Amino acid sequence: MTLVDTRTPEPKRFVSGATGDWEIVIGMEVHAQITSNSKLFSGASTTFGAGPNENVSLVDAAMPGMLPVINEWCVRQAVRTGLGLKAQINLKSVFDRKNYFYPDLPQGYQISQFKQPIVGEGTMIISVGPDKKGEFEDIEIGVERLHLEQDAGKSLHDQNPTMSYVDLNRSGVALMEIVSKPDMRSSDEAKAYLTKLRTIVRYLGTCDGNMDEGSMRADVNVSVRKPGGEFGTRCEIKNVNSIRFVGQAIEYEARRQIAVLEDGGSIDQETRLFDPVKGETRSMRSKEEAHDYRYFPDPDLLPLEFTQAYVDELKADLPELPDDKKARLVSALGLSVYDASILVTEKAIADYYEAVAKGRDGKLSANWVINDLLGALNKAGKGIEESPVSPDQLGGIIDLIKEGVISGKIAKDLFEIIWNEGGDPRDVVESRGMKQVTDTGAIEKAVDEIIAANPDKVEQAKAKPSLAGWFVGQVMKSTGGKANPQVLSDLVKAKLGITE
Amino acid sequence: MTDLTALTIAEARDQLKAKAISATELTGAYIQAIENANEALNAYIVTTPEKALEMAKASDARLAAGNAGPLEGIPLGIKDLFGTEGVHTQAASHILDGFKPHYESTVTANLWADGAVMLGKLNMDEFAMGSSNESSYYGPVKNPWRAKGSNVDLVPGGSSGGSAAAVAARLCAGATATDTGGSIRQPAAFTGTVGIKPTYGRCSRWGVVAFASSLDQAGPIARDVRDAAIMLKSMASVDAKDTTSVDIAVPDYEAVIGKPLAGIKIGIPKEYRVDGMPEEIEKLWQQGISWLKDAGATIVDISLPHTKYALPAYYIVAPAEASSNLARYDGVRYGLRVPGRDIVDMYENTRAKGFGEEVKRRIMIGTYVLSAGYYDAYYLQAQKVRTLIKKDFEDVFHAGIDAILTPATPSAAFGIADQEMNSDPVKMYLNDIFTVTVNMAGLPGIAVPAGLDSRGLPLGLQLIGRPFDEETLFQTAYVIEQAAGKFNAPKWW
Repeated sequence: MTLVDTRTPEPKRFVSGATGDWEIVIGMEVHAQITSNSKLFSGASTTFGAGPNENVSLVDAAMPGMLPVINEWCVRQAVRTGLGLKAQINLKSVFDRKNYFYPDLPQGYQISQFKQPIVGEGTMIISVGPDKKGEFEDIEIGVERLHLEQDAGKSLHDQNPTMSYVDLNRSGVALMEIVSKPDMRSSDEAKAYLTKLRTIVRYLGTCDGNMDEGSMRADVNVSVRKPGGEFGTRCEIKNVNSIRFVGQAIEYEARRQIAVLEDGGSIDQETRLFDPVKGETRSMRSKEEAHDYRYFPDPDLLPLEFTQAYVDELKADLPELPDDKKARLVSALGLSVYDASILVTEKAIADYYEAVAKGRDGKLSANWVINDLLGALNKAGKGIEESPVSPDQLGGIIDLIKEGVISGKIAKDLFEIIWNEGGDPRDVVESRGMKQVTDTGAIEKAVDEIIAANPDKVEQAKAKPSLAGWFVGQVMKSTGGKANPQVLSDLVKAKLGITE
Repeated sequence: MTDLTALTIAEARDQLKAKAISATELTGAYIQAIENANEALNAYIVTTPEKALEMAKASDARLAAGNAGPLEGIPLGIKDLFGTEGVHTQAASHILDGFKPHYESTVTANLWADGAVMLGKLNMDEFAMGSSNESSYYGPVKNPWRAKGSNVDLVPGGSSGGSAAAVAARLCAGATATDTGGSIRQPAAFTGTVGIKPTYGRCSRWGVVAFASSLDQAGPIARDVRDAAIMLKSMASVDAKDTTSVDIAVPDYEAVIGKPLAGIKIGIPKEYRVDGMPEEIEKLWQQGISWLKDAGATIVDISLPHTKYALPAYYIVAPAEASSNLARYDGVRYGLRVPGRDIVDMYENTRAKGFGEEVKRRIMIGTYVLSAGYYDAYYLQAQKVRTLIKKDFEDVFHAGIDAILTPATPSAAFGIADQEMNSDPVKMYLNDIFTVTVNMAGLPGIAVPAGLDSRGLPLGLQLIGRPFDEETLFQTAYVIEQAAGKFNAPKWW
């Protein structure tokens, strides 16, 4: 692959060293486990959390005479992901064997795609930010390719003092390896890339994106250079398993390389590991020790071929992707770019929001989802899937506000009750007497009482109209917050003789 | 009572159906024959007499009930390369010590479904790598044939040497075999038996221990052309578990036996007249040509210009695939494990001890030709040669040739521990010179006995056909068989 520099060096992304500014160059290889009930070349189950060696077929254990049979579903998922990355779909691709010995690689080779991958070049728009002004910067990152391959099993070295154990449950599970171009220039961009990639595969349902379960893992290639100079020698940081760690690993590695270079040293092309406990990378193996994988086309598998019509059909069935959804939320529902950006980051959040906003005020719904729901979830450390308040319930609360049954303030209390105790918002309002008082007579009586009790304030308010707010607050207190704020405010102003 | 083991599959089938004999009797006769002969011939690695009798009993029940399969009650020997559930399946290698699979290969499952009876597992070259059956961990197989007046032990050919010897010595009615570069046809030629390697994709490779995946194909070795046709019909099938198997209906091969050759065009490739080929082979070939001409076939001189590159290209492609296919024998999950200080040491010890010389040689060749910096010069180049060889055949078939007649081997069977063969592996590889092209092109090829040499040893001719046109091969081979007669090894064992 020829490396093309697609970016213009910008000082805001530079890292300063002792000898001047440096620019970080990052490319990423992401292994995404395909959401599929069975493995890439065998019918064995892929359920996470099964007992050791429970999800192993004869093929996965590489019994003599076993043959791989491609799982059509996994092909479909790879094509869909390729379409999501706006990438070239190759109607013919070839599976190769990557040969090396390891106990958790039963065949002695991994079936992968080397020269002819299923998906070629594509692009992804990442959104970096918000910056201090609350603005996001959109950057286009190139995707080099996406190919299908088998995952290896797991070696367990801590179960026995003298032996290693092997668990083949993961052996043969379908992976998509998604390779970016070396287009990223900061750890923030790398994190945004990984976040966006995860969002896309989640929207597509092609990978669950759960990095803590290992269903998405990143190999990060990092090099540094003087701004605008030639690409430096890169190091590959293997198997980083969280977005946060990707950021930390890049920061550490870039500084390490800068220090080496500024000391007059040179960077060895090597594979490194990130230690999240120490927050540092360390050498795993150098280029000289690199394997010769002896790639060659797998003679057990015919080239993978499908028609353009097959691709077109999958394309027509793709769900709305985050960029499109964001654009629609802004243009059709009138949301701010900021709000729309937040809502589309996770498909589950977007789905939740859209369920709430359906037939309701889009902006009001967005405020409630972003400020109240996401705020509460965040505080409780819960994900949207675990939200105690369903979209129907939140929608019910918003309906009550709109109908004038409750005030915005009461709605917050109602939200809290629903969050803690559940129930239908309308019933709760009814049974707990939370209905807003719109009866002018009742409110007037309450206003009169407050005015009568506070003649001094009445005097002051005549000179300083903003004191009307104090009266409104007092009445709200005395009515348990149930007074219709608009009616109340009008009445107070009229009684105090304030005209605005 | 006549010797039941003298019956061909077709004869035994007819007698079983007529209730003249029972499957149990027939199987019993073979069990006895194996017991008497195997120590001398070493054709079987493992016999399964109890299983055989059990299967025969079930066959008798089905015969009685009138729902007999096409191979009902026919006792067969199975090459050790085929996975047989619960039975020794070790590719005649030390590295698969103790391995008994939990599965049945598709080919053998097809045979059992058609009523056949398993007598045991047949000896072979280790991992099907060899042309003399001397690379077996279980020792060489002896050819039932000896030169006139000689008691020198000869090889039965390989790698399906056990299959060929067992058929020739009547230790089974027929046998399964596999052919990657000639492993069915060469031993058939050496033992006076009929062996067909069908088109690549005709038989499922599922459950058969892999040697070189793009070349391996299963086929039968039988006593005559008709028996080979009957067996292949049962062995062949498309298989969802082998995506290189092909979904083309399996015809009734037996139906073409005896059909006249009028209108058939037989190609005679000039490139198969190799240097140093014994005159006897040349004479045999000419004899074959005149038999076919007499039977009404048109003889056409043809050229397959890339033939001379086939053998070297084969010895790149086959070892390359083998080096990868055999990586799974690492001592981790099954078979032999020789402990070591660490995992790499264990691998090295296990594979050093578990693989024989020839297998190691091919793994090393294969590893070399796939290595960075050599891949283009060797593997890729060999694949290009392969394409050209394929095209050679396409061209002549396109020009109207129906089948190609060649010698099967450049010589008759040679001695066990032959000095010349064993001192130079390339000499041994030359045994495949007439057969490898067929594997490289994925075509069907049949070896049929055509005569005896001056020492009284069998010689075979080979017919090569169009893809999935095994019928023409059976039809034509039968004409040669009728003209040449059948050849039985005089019993000395």
